[in-house]
Amino acid sequence: MCALRKSFDPSGVEDSASAALLRLSRLLTRSDTSPDLRAVHRRGGRAGESYYRDRWSHDKVVPSTHGVNCTGSCRWKVYVKDGIITWETQDTDYPSVGPDRPEYEPRGCPRGASFSWYTYSPLRVRYPYARGVLVEMYRVAKEKHGDPVRAWKSIMDDPVKRGVYHRARGRGGLVRIDWDEAAELVAAAHVHTIAEHGPDRVAGFSPIPAMSMVSHAVGSRFMALLGAPMLSFYDWYADLPVASPQVFGDQTDVPESADWWDAAYLLMWGSNVPVTRTPDAHFMTEARYRGQKVVVVSPDFADNTRFADEWMAPHPGTDAALALAMGHVVLREFFVDNATPAFTDYVRRYTDLPFLVTLLERDGHLVPGRFVTAADLGRVEEHAEWKPALLDDVTGKPVVPNGSLGFRWSAEPGRWNLDLAGVEPALSLHGHADAEPVGVALPRFDQPDGTGEVLRRGVPAVRLGAEKRWVTTVFDLLLAQYGVAREGLPGEWPTGYDDAEEPATPAWQETITGVPAAQVVRVAREFADTAVRSKGRCMIIMGSGANHWFHADLIYRSMLALLQLTGCQGRNGGGWAHYVGQEKVRPLTGWATMAGALDWCRPPRQMIGTAYWYTHTDQWRYDALGADALSWPLGGGHLAGATVADLLARSARMGWMPSYPTFDRNPLDLVAEADAAGADPVAHVVEELRAGRLKFACEDPDAPENWPRVLTVWRANLIGSSAKGNEYFLRHLLGADTEVRAQETPSARRPREVRWREQAPQGKLDLLLALDFRMTSTTLYADVVLPAATWYEKHDLSSTDMHPFVHSFNAAVDPPWQCRTDFDIFHGIARAFSELAATHLGVRRDLVVTALQHDTPGEIAQPGGTARDWRAGECEPMPGATMPVFTVVERDYPAVAARLAALGPVVEKAGVTTKGVTVDVARELAWLAEANGTAPAGPTAGRPRVDTDRRFADAILALSGTTNGRVATEGFRVLQERVGRPLTQLSAESAHHRVTFADTRSRPAPVVTSYEWSGDESGGRRYSPFTINVEQLKPWHTLTGRQHFFLDHEWLAELGEQLPVYRPPLDMHRLYDEPPLGPDGQRQVVVRYLTPHSKWSIHSEYQDNPLMLTLSRGGPTFWMSPADADAIGVRDNDWVEAVNRNGVVVARAVVSHRMPTGTVFMYHAQERTVNVPRSETTGRRGGVHNSLTRLQIKPTHLVGGYAQLSFGFNYLGPTGNQRDEVTVIRRRGQEVTY
Amino acid sequence: MRVMAQLAMVMNLDKCIGCHTCSVTCKQTWTNREGVEYVWFNNVETRPGQGYPRQYEDQRRWRGGWELSRRGRLRLRGGSRLRRLGSLFANPELPALTDYYEPWTYDYRTLTTAPLGDDSPVARPVSAVTGAPTTIHSGPNWDDSLGGGPENGALDPVVAKLRDELGHQVRFEFEQTFMFYLPRICEHCLNPSCVASCPSGAMYKRVEDGIVLVDQDRCRGWRMCVSGCPYKKVYFNHRTGKAEKCTFCYPRMEVGQPTVCAETCVGRLRYIGVLLYDVDRVTEAASVQDEKGLYPAQLDLFLDPEDPEVVAAAERSGVPHEWIQAARRSPVRDLICTYRLALPLHPEYRTMPMVWYIPPLSPVVDALAKTGFDGEDAGNLFGAIEALRIPVEYLAELFTAGDPEPVRASMRRLAAMRSFMRSVNLGEVPDQNLLSGVGLTEDQVRAMYRLLAVAKYDERY
Repeated sequence: MCALRKSFDPSGVEDSASAALLRLSRLLTRSDTSPDLRAVHRRGGRAGESYYRDRWSHDKVVPSTHGVNCTGSCRWKVYVKDGIITWETQDTDYPSVGPDRPEYEPRGCPRGASFSWYTYSPLRVRYPYARGVLVEMYRVAKEKHGDPVRAWKSIMDDPVKRGVYHRARGRGGLVRIDWDEAAELVAAAHVHTIAEHGPDRVAGFSPIPAMSMVSHAVGSRFMALLGAPMLSFYDWYADLPVASPQVFGDQTDVPESADWWDAAYLLMWGSNVPVTRTPDAHFMTEARYRGQKVVVVSPDFADNTRFADEWMAPHPGTDAALALAMGHVVLREFFVDNATPAFTDYVRRYTDLPFLVTLLERDGHLVPGRFVTAADLGRVEEHAEWKPALLDDVTGKPVVPNGSLGFRWSAEPGRWNLDLAGVEPALSLHGHADAEPVGVALPRFDQPDGTGEVLRRGVPAVRLGAEKRWVTTVFDLLLAQYGVAREGLPGEWPTGYDDAEEPATPAWQETITGVPAAQVVRVAREFADTAVRSKGRCMIIMGSGANHWFHADLIYRSMLALLQLTGCQGRNGGGWAHYVGQEKVRPLTGWATMAGALDWCRPPRQMIGTAYWYTHTDQWRYDALGADALSWPLGGGHLAGATVADLLARSARMGWMPSYPTFDRNPLDLVAEADAAGADPVAHVVEELRAGRLKFACEDPDAPENWPRVLTVWRANLIGSSAKGNEYFLRHLLGADTEVRAQETPSARRPREVRWREQAPQGKLDLLLALDFRMTSTTLYADVVLPAATWYEKHDLSSTDMHPFVHSFNAAVDPPWQCRTDFDIFHGIARAFSELAATHLGVRRDLVVTALQHDTPGEIAQPGGTARDWRAGECEPMPGATMPVFTVVERDYPAVAARLAALGPVVEKAGVTTKGVTVDVARELAWLAEANGTAPAGPTAGRPRVDTDRRFADAILALSGTTNGRVATEGFRVLQERVGRPLTQLSAESAHHRVTFADTRSRPAPVVTSYEWSGDESGGRRYSPFTINVEQLKPWHTLTGRQHFFLDHEWLAELGEQLPVYRPPLDMHRLYDEPPLGPDGQRQVVVRYLTPHSKWSIHSEYQDNPLMLTLSRGGPTFWMSPADADAIGVRDNDWVEAVNRNGVVVARAVVSHRMPTGTVFMYHAQERTVNVPRSETTGRRGGVHNSLTRLQIKPTHLVGGYAQLSFGFNYLGPTGNQRDEVTVIRRRGQEVTY
Repeated sequence: MRVMAQLAMVMNLDKCIGCHTCSVTCKQTWTNREGVEYVWFNNVETRPGQGYPRQYEDQRRWRGGWELSRRGRLRLRGGSRLRRLGSLFANPELPALTDYYEPWTYDYRTLTTAPLGDDSPVARPVSAVTGAPTTIHSGPNWDDSLGGGPENGALDPVVAKLRDELGHQVRFEFEQTFMFYLPRICEHCLNPSCVASCPSGAMYKRVEDGIVLVDQDRCRGWRMCVSGCPYKKVYFNHRTGKAEKCTFCYPRMEVGQPTVCAETCVGRLRYIGVLLYDVDRVTEAASVQDEKGLYPAQLDLFLDPEDPEVVAAAERSGVPHEWIQAARRSPVRDLICTYRLALPLHPEYRTMPMVWYIPPLSPVVDALAKTGFDGEDAGNLFGAIEALRIPVEYLAELFTAGDPEPVRASMRRLAAMRSFMRSVNLGEVPDQNLLSGVGLTEDQVRAMYRLLAVAKYDERY
């Protein structure tokens, strides 16, 4: 190495003294200085450079990633020196996405970059811990009873003892215990609960499997083997866009971020891409250089706003009004005034707009009814009620096109496709020979308090069928709802874009959103114009800013309508791009098989999280938001007087949504009863229900026999992050000290079908078990805390919808201290469980009750979209038709540990099923038996081993189409038979592509096009959803087989939500007596309370990390506008206190002109663990961000048993939305105590 | 002509999302150790804002960099070495810890060890310097995304200068909101005032690549470099008693890897490359009278690696063949010299900085759109640049000593490229006049697009 060193040439420097000094300094150092002092050269003397070279040196670099609730799935290099993890930097080894476009490298963000801190941090959970008072009781009890299960039972049977450790939850006093004792105590709790109360009283919560599939699935598999429900997360997080199942019949399917590059017009709507999609944001900034136009819709000057060509700043929660007005412009200019073939052709073929809808008489009005089906046309054929009809423009006659749900489940395959076979669907009846103009009544809710009113508009209609009913098309109704006038139609219509009185004009939306009408017209016009010019390459990235509202389904439907009308859905570079806690388990089939233990027993119990928490944290007792407050006056009155708790009970007993615990008796005992009586267990249970001797647990949730008893949380921070209504969790579920300020609902507004007990229970859970590597609010409240390995200490799989690769977690070091991987922990618990189960449980039979499922024949169980309640005598109780599905399942409890570690035989006979497609995987099982080896002895002898995390990962990969081209092709073969059009060509190029775990370690492995998803990735295409539907004419999984604008279920009609409509945020003043918005002139201000995602954390993770805290404000903050701050005398960085009926939060104010007046942000999941002082209001520790929120369930989310409105796990269910909340904010004393 | 090779960086602010990943990976790699808790070799500032350390750009206060004497010769703004020698033990221009921030951590252990008490345990902040409980009043990124803007924004030295000297009022109001992020590392200047300020001769500029380093063996901790650097990118390690600074990741560069900050930049906005320059003319360039002339003067220092004379001179000066090749393929040279997109940061400090910036185009053009015109239409394009939310004057104060023309020219080229590529993207005929208006050929625009938009790893570094 060149040892030449040279100081900078100082010639020309004005300073003779400097020369003197330099001379002096040269005397003090050993150097060769040139005589004229103009340059200083040295030989040697650069030894100091070793200082930083030493620091940079390391022993190895291991690829890994970060798990849970971040959908980035970024590949990182973890550096290890002397067996210690030093730091991480991003990997750059992603396979190329094409020569002419930006690559994925480097993916990452500051949160991920600071992860390694956790490894050796003082926040690390290093040993098993348990609540001291509980451990003492347990040890004494075990001494006395000599048996762990009996010991546990003795404590649970003693209300005083239970109360003591419940009240200690969250107040410190954790003590170290050893692994054996921890596993024994946990196992005893499980065994006792199953024996005494039933397996459905145990539950597991672990979200977002894609971000560490093995860690998720091993616990979920354990739960499934027990018969314990797994709780959903996507709907519970309010990240599920309910509009997706409603419109697409799909959970969520979105483009990979490299496809943003293909868009010619990009709307970022309620999605702050640089902050929440940090690794992907570059595609947005780079696509601008390709001429992509960027429009941001955000109430604040969000980080992405600065990349925008236009900024639209609607008032929070009013987005639907803006979207409707844009739709108004598109419909007016591109459909009615000037029909655009690119658009009309698209909506005819790919949407329900041409389908016929009946008009019903109600209170002297005609209102939209339901789809006209083949049955209405008098056709007698299989599933006629499930085959909607339209008018053929050529013949003028009604026809029943291929592709609807009736064809999907028909005995005769081959007609479930979108081939119109020469039919030209009539989009409108306007101008149709037999059509007459008729008046229709439609809903509007645009009063600030959201009251439903009637809009009088008109449609062209014809009389049809034996009853000569009026029918019209969805398109005609849509134009009426959107206020797009046409000649000769009755009703009140806008006079033009500037008519501010009539929905849904640009001027009307301006009165609601504050966005200038002219801007809306301009953007809508440009959007549609670009869609024409680019052939559908307009994209809307939509996020939680739009999706977390109570009425988010309507907001989304109004946004999706823009994409469907302009033919952008199912195109590369076009369509919706929903990125809110979404995830894509690319190897879906393998994961679902392993996680559900579908290889041993089916079906697993899967529960809608929101309803679970709403019920078991007793939030229902405080909820006065009944259906009456939401119904439309002409809705039909089906829900009159019902509370949400009532509707949950109806939904459960009609088989719409799952409900666990299910009955007020142990399901093991129910089968035993039947067996004892020599009766069929299913018939026995139906009879008991009919007779009223057996009740659903949700009809009396506060009865001790109906409580959940044991809850395990792993890969999650329930209490500190997702628990909407945090204080209710603490009070009722856990029995801890808390600050609920709300009053219970007065008697007149209480449920009628659910029993109200005068005293609400406090402390339902016997055991809260948390697995984590760091101390969180959840571990603080847990009874037992087990030290988990971090993401850099284990092997696992990661995938995402943001990129099309599967890659791995790898252990850079072994778990330090006494930490163990989730995989090892669950196996340890399972072994302890099985041992105790041998004496206490044995082999039992369990009656599993499941809802009517989407993508199964269950979705055509209840035709017509009506709610018929057997309890009310409206129909017979028939399992699988008018009520849930009942299945008897054998539970071999002593074999649980062995089964956890081996692939069971069921999958051999029944195959693996995803989205209704069943594939035979015998060859994969044979391969796994060879590759993984087989269990040598015991109850699983001869079965393929999945006893290590890597073998488990290989099973996931082998059983999935995306990572196994043979499975993909076989799935397409099965599907193409049903569809009647060729599909196997989609995966032909990858038929022999097989990804193993070893592959995912060496480099991110690209996935192949699979029947499990809807995007064609062949030939190196970027993933965009529904391209297979559009290009191969494969139907969407909806009633019509098309994308739906119109939803004809009775409950949706009841709420006036058959079509997209604007509803304002819930009026908390009217509903709950919160003070009205604005300053009160007395040093407090009432503001909208929003909890968007932060730059400095992924949920609660990283918000406790000193690097992130240093780069932000060092603790919890409220962002507020200067005007709101001034109103209460607050300066930047002052402490403030927020108070509403749900709780109290203490944080510092960040005053910024970026914020609109009247709204504060508290970035999501700032927990009480770091820098949270005690509040002035209560003297107790300030709460988490969710201390101010509470669950509000929307009744329409409970609909099931009807086409795409059928239950699927994390696919459809009530959302745990929280955006409609308001709070009082005031300045507090600046001296704080902790 | 004496040719030297210089490693330089260009950051495209138009792509910076302000995520701070660069700061974190740099901090984790280099300064997450005792004595440098407060040190961020790489930091990211929200602008307008005061930066880190607070108001470092106010050279009337900090007296960093160079100035011209009445005779037109360069002298350290902080005064002669003799004056500095007199202030060795009480340097009035040395930022105090509070000007950076007092680093802190938290009492995390409490969460695990708290005995059964009356409330949930909490980790309260404690000073990383004293270990005592503390309250948090400032941090290295206090202005993030305009937090505290209405109260603190006016203290941004650039805002103050615009207001006091040019009468240009920057408003901190919702409707007028604008912001962009400015990531900063050491400038590895051609005329480094830190090196010239060091009484121990412990600082040096590496002959082979121009990286400016502090010799950890020779540093005596006088801290004159800290005050001498106008960018405040030399820091004092209070544990070792020595100065430390960004090393341009030389241990990585030497083995062919980009700097940590560049490789981990998820905005993909950093470019690293080699520039050849004439070391004999540095002093002259740094001494031009008019501050606005400093940017062109520095441009003029850079030599054309395709020029046979330059190549011969470079070889004479000992620049290896591979480095000459690298200079020919240098993305940095393209962005600085060929397309004139990148501009130096505060050339008026006369240090000839070598980390340059493409100004943020990032146009919220609703000011123009309100009049009914689409700012993206080629016909309105240049009008739109005048109507951008970020005032050109603000950018000019950062990058061109107040001359708005080079800033405008850079943004016009970016805008023209965008407009041109939109036509290509939509399969329509591009307007060639647009390109000639900004002095670019179609080939150049496509090459520029490739470098800025497609930006493959191998072409960024």
